Amino acid sequence: MRLSEHIYRTISTVAGPLLFVENVFSARIGEVVTVHTPDGRDMEAEVLEIDGDTALVEVYGGTQGLDIERTSVSFSDAIKKVPLSGDIVGRIFNGSFQPKDGAPMFIPEKQTPITGAPINPAARARPADFIETGFSPIDGLNTLVRGQKLPVFSAAGLPSKEVVASILKNSRLADPSKRFVVVFAALGLTFHEYSFYMKVLEEMQTGFVAFVNMADEPVMERLLAPRFALTVAEYLAFEKGMDILVIITDMTNYCDALREISTAREELPGRRGYPGYMYSDLASLYERAGRIHGLEGSVTMLPVVTMPEDDITHPIPDLTGYITEGQIVLSRELHQKGIFPPIDVLPSLSRLMQKGIGEGLTRADHRKVSNHLYKYYAKGRDLRRLEAIVGRDGMTKVDILMLDFADAFEKEFVGQGAKRRTVFETLDTGLDLMKKFSLEVK
Amino acid sequence: MGMGGRIQAISGPTVTVDLKGLKLYERVYVGNAMLTGEVVRLEKEKAVIQIYEDTRGLAVGEPVKGVGMPLTVRLGPGLLGGMFDGLQRPLERLRQDMGPFITGGKEVYALDYMKRWKFTPVLKAGEAPTMGTVIGTVDEGAFKHYIMCGNYSGVKVAHMRDGDISLDEPLGEYEDGREIPGCNEWPVRMARPYRRKFAPAEPLITGQRSIDFLFPLARGGTAIFPGGFGTGKTILEQSVAKFADVDIVVYVGCGERGNEMADMIAEFEELQDPWSKRPLRERTVLVVNTSNMPVAAREASIYTAVTMAEYYRDMGYHVLFLADSLSRWAEALREISASLEEMPGEEGYPTYLASRLSGFLERAGVVETMNGRIGSLSMILSVSPPGGDFTEPVTQACLRTTGAFLMLDTSLAHRRHYPAINWFQSYSLYAKEVAGHYREKVSAEWDEMLLRCRQLLQQEEALREVAEIVGAEGLQDTDRMLMRTAERIRTEFLQQNAYSDDAFSPPDRTLAIIKGIVNDHDRAMGKLKQGASLEEAV
Ligand SMILES: Nc1ncnc2c1ncn2[C@@H]1O[C@H](COP(=O)(O)OP(=O)(O)O)[C@@H](O)[C@H]1O
Ligand SMILES: [Mg+2]
Repeated sequence: MRLSEHIYRTISTVAGPLLFVENVFSARIGEVVTVHTPDGRDMEAEVLEIDGDTALVEVYGGTQGLDIERTSVSFSDAIKKVPLSGDIVGRIFNGSFQPKDGAPMFIPEKQTPITGAPINPAARARPADFIETGFSPIDGLNTLVRGQKLPVFSAAGLPSKEVVASILKNSRLADPSKRFVVVFAALGLTFHEYSFYMKVLEEMQTGFVAFVNMADEPVMERLLAPRFALTVAEYLAFEKGMDILVIITDMTNYCDALREISTAREELPGRRGYPGYMYSDLASLYERAGRIHGLEGSVTMLPVVTMPEDDITHPIPDLTGYITEGQIVLSRELHQKGIFPPIDVLPSLSRLMQKGIGEGLTRADHRKVSNHLYKYYAKGRDLRRLEAIVGRDGMTKVDILMLDFADAFEKEFVGQGAKRRTVFETLDTGLDLMKKFSLEVK
Repeated sequence: MGMGGRIQAISGPTVTVDLKGLKLYERVYVGNAMLTGEVVRLEKEKAVIQIYEDTRGLAVGEPVKGVGMPLTVRLGPGLLGGMFDGLQRPLERLRQDMGPFITGGKEVYALDYMKRWKFTPVLKAGEAPTMGTVIGTVDEGAFKHYIMCGNYSGVKVAHMRDGDISLDEPLGEYEDGREIPGCNEWPVRMARPYRRKFAPAEPLITGQRSIDFLFPLARGGTAIFPGGFGTGKTILEQSVAKFADVDIVVYVGCGERGNEMADMIAEFEELQDPWSKRPLRERTVLVVNTSNMPVAAREASIYTAVTMAEYYRDMGYHVLFLADSLSRWAEALREISASLEEMPGEEGYPTYLASRLSGFLERAGVVETMNGRIGSLSMILSVSPPGGDFTEPVTQACLRTTGAFLMLDTSLAHRRHYPAINWFQSYSLYAKEVAGHYREKVSAEWDEMLLRCRQLLQQEEALREVAEIVGAEGLQDTDRMLMRTAERIRTEFLQQNAYSDDAFSPPDRTLAIIKGIVNDHDRAMGKLKQGASLEEAV
């Protein structure tokens, strides 16, 4: 144990974000370190590895301007913690947890480690109850449930920003007496995206907390911001009893940051250069969603993933899909048809939907309506391939009806533009549509 | 007890210590927090230790102590119904001790040493037990728990106790004064011994029609379910865990979701074993090391679990070991190997992946136990290939050693065809061995129906290609009838909704359904031949 801060001026090597500091007495893994640059700046860093009295330290910010002689490093003897308080609601921070909204920093009630701790599987309560996003293809066919982690799979050029904005603004709990707060983490934003989201946050009616990392800000902060967001979410949920929806955009920027840092550490690259531990790393974020027996609140997570090259088998969407409980897939084809939100319900899936719908949760006929819409639309979509081969004329009346239904489903049920629908409006829209085509709903 | 030393270096989940005289795989306590670790590499002056817990906060110079024993599990009455982490710590007890989050290393024993059991001795004074000899029994729920001799002592028993005992007390005494314990420790990486092994010959009924009928499994055999995400691996593993015709189930949630386990625990509280009508929980041991729990403990979890499975097998029970997912185990192995800076093989996996895996799979089998009973240990493992690509190293390594390959197909899952078992590419090497059982115990028509079912599905596949081009309109009535029947086979027979009453299908029902469909088909085809229209025929 060391009682006070130790300051060293014994850097032996600087390589990218990594520093080797020698003759360090009893460093700890994960210990927070401050690097004092010759020009008077202080940068935060963390102990990554220790070999005897040499500590390998990773600097969160950029390391330009560091030198070996005059830079000093002070060791804090503490691991990275997050300041927490109920006053955090309504605030906007950057990726190193400094206020970005002009107001002063709040006074923390407590501090907890940024990595959190795994929820004991014996303490987990099953996710339950539904969260209304206002989007029919989600609420109706791929319902989001409290405690679930459900990603949005997007692709370059698709309006994931607008989808996120709507969900930020429109999400509600079924039970209005509960306190619902959205925690938003935005990673690697361009200025244009930043201005867009700031406007959205201004218009928010529900409580929120935001962490924003800009494209020109340190890559390391992209790994920290989601962890700040989740630590705050766990605190608000499990200590303050609130229901928290965490939206993280974009996990592809997160994974690219992870790859960049892994390369700087000279680690062995895995698939497409991403580190071999990416599954475990992503799980350390996604698995923080959940509910706990005997506690009020919940953490629900909606990460956005941009699929590189539209490829769902790319490691980022692939590993995400392996951990999360379903996925909402955006489609280029629907977007080109001018449909918003361009959600393709066929590859989309909410694995926990059954736990959030039905009598007392949404409506008694929810399951039935959802199953039938899915079935008829899938049939229609299937027939489009046949249509492409034999033409409409070569098809039976029933088949043509199904084709028309699929078109109408996309335009009228999936497509809703900026309008928010309640789940009842969603189900009624679906029922009306099936009625219009005289389709049976048994 | 072992010796003491100090931490020299720390990197990820591995630390280097200046301790001599440790043995490979010896269990070690590391740091002031007493984290559990295992020796993975020995050098002249130092040892490298893999730590089973989060190393954050650990400092160089902190003490290290060898235990003198490898990583072991405790084996005795009270495991059934329990839920343990990868190191066999009881999760419910951890929750009571430290709240809903797992915050650090804490040694908690798997077994409850206070619980009272009614012990009936089998061994008598003057007898000399050897490894595996039954000492006596207690009732563990509906099971007779055979307490077995845990070593090869060969010393005669002086006296035995009878009646009310706890595991804290000896069951008796040997002539040399040593006590006879009610529970034993066993190193997880060492297979428990048996007298001899037999080839699997009895079926393992799963209640899943597409498995029992098309790709039947055998008790003592091994099977894998590889499939991309969302193809239904977990649901299938859990369904088999619920309905399989075995005595005891050991289920490992290996590097997967916490919510799934919460779900499973809740369900297993409510549901009954369809064969014994007892609560499912009573026949199940859960080992859970979710994806966000420490990676090294995930690597150990399958060994912890299989050792408990072997223990019940040694009592002469039919035990089913399920792991979801084996790929997460292999990835843990890869992470540890990388932190040891070992030379990587294919896709970064260590070159010993295949041999480790086959060594592990060898622990399955039908055996004559050390006490002369017949027990079996079957394994069903899910595999999560990256990008759904079955050419990857873990799937390929499994293919070489497992007896059944049940390929879960992403396109079937997208069409909501569950279980999404591909009926053309899957196979079971046990089909021949167990066919006789189904023929004798269920129906003599089993083989014939199987043949018809396969033919119909193959004919449909061929027709489908034609129909793609000419359209359904262009087909003849007999062809359309065939497509209709195949569609019925797919939707009414092969598909099985895990959330419905149809989730479990005993073999006689399985046969009745396929027979119904085939008979309808033959009748309709007969009518078509006599000139009836398709509408009239069906
Ligand atoms: N037998 C089944 N019956 C009904 N639905 C199923 C079945 N198998 C899978 N599903 C559906 O597929 C989803 C994914 O299944 P899961 O077993 O979790 O996939 P995996 O483990 O392969 O990722 C489930 O949430 C459920 O909606
Ligand atoms: Mg799964």
